[in-house]
Amino acid sequence: MQLFNIFKRFLNRIFKKKKHLKIGLYGPPNGGKTTLANRICQDWLGEDMGKVSNIAHETREIQIKEQIHIKSGNKELSFNLVDTPGIATKIDYEEFLKAGMKESEAKKRAKEATKGVIDAIRWLDNMDVVIVVLDSTKDPYTQVNLTIIGNLEARKIPVIVVANKIDLKKSNIKKIEAAFPQYKVVGISAKYGDNIDEFYKALFEVA
Amino acid sequence: MIIEFVRYSDIKDLSSLGRLRKLLKMAKDDKIVLLEGRLKPQEEAELIKMNMEEIDDEFKGIEFAIIDAENNESTWNKIRTKLVNIMLGYKPGFTIIGPASIIKEIKQDPHKIELLMKENEERKKNKKKK
Repeated sequence: MQLFNIFKRFLNRIFKKKKHLKIGLYGPPNGGKTTLANRICQDWLGEDMGKVSNIAHETREIQIKEQIHIKSGNKELSFNLVDTPGIATKIDYEEFLKAGMKESEAKKRAKEATKGVIDAIRWLDNMDVVIVVLDSTKDPYTQVNLTIIGNLEARKIPVIVVANKIDLKKSNIKKIEAAFPQYKVVGISAKYGDNIDEFYKALFEVA
Repeated sequence: MIIEFVRYSDIKDLSSLGRLRKLLKMAKDDKIVLLEGRLKPQEEAELIKMNMEEIDDEFKGIEFAIIDAENNESTWNKIRTKLVNIMLGYKPGFTIIGPASIIKEIKQDPHKIELLMKENEERKKNKKKK
């Protein structure tokens, strides 16, 4: 009887975990987190999740899309997708001025962006799985990337590293693989959907 | 530009938050801090959070980098180094923290670290605004 209860609790724990699985998208600004979130939501819900822009810090609040069900062969996975603001160590409103914004608008965006970074870090503890989205045309050895990965390791949260923007000439997946050899790195183009099936396969393996 | 070396023994009695506050204040005072020892991942995240709370029209944030002295060592060497460090009270690695108004970028790869400074003109422009 006791053995049965232990088994029942074990099953309940698994069921509960699966039911409330939260998958977070993390990374520096402009890596393509929201583009990937939109790709996932378009593929499985037929709708977008958030607005994307070339100007950094377009996502300044945590966005959640609940109850996404994905299937691959016999496997099924249900989760809540959490898109987070890009993590940075500096935010200069003058960068937004250069992008053509008015001063008041630029300062407001900078203020909201700082709050977004704080929220993104606070939410780390709530995640069951994290997808780290990196721009594969850029240098992966940045302190922001190392801090994100280091914190996920310390919290023992399963990780997939996505090397995004493989459609661009300067893309270099090998450099990301060399920087984070302990994780599976999947090269994709979230914008065009290139290699997205490999990404879903990796998601099933990790989640 | 001032580069200040901070020994771990100078801040070891402070709480984790107290240490971060002190380092951030030095960066806000336009100093580049070279700290003996490395921050823990949770401290790095906390430093980013505290730094975000300080950002305004004048202070644009920080650049920082952790230099891990043990990175390329074998497991046995890591254990041996750790034991020696504990016995001698030595904190391995370094942490560099500086204001984003002075440091343009810190480039890291497994073999070297490059500290790219802002051009003089750019710095003067930032100071005038202050």
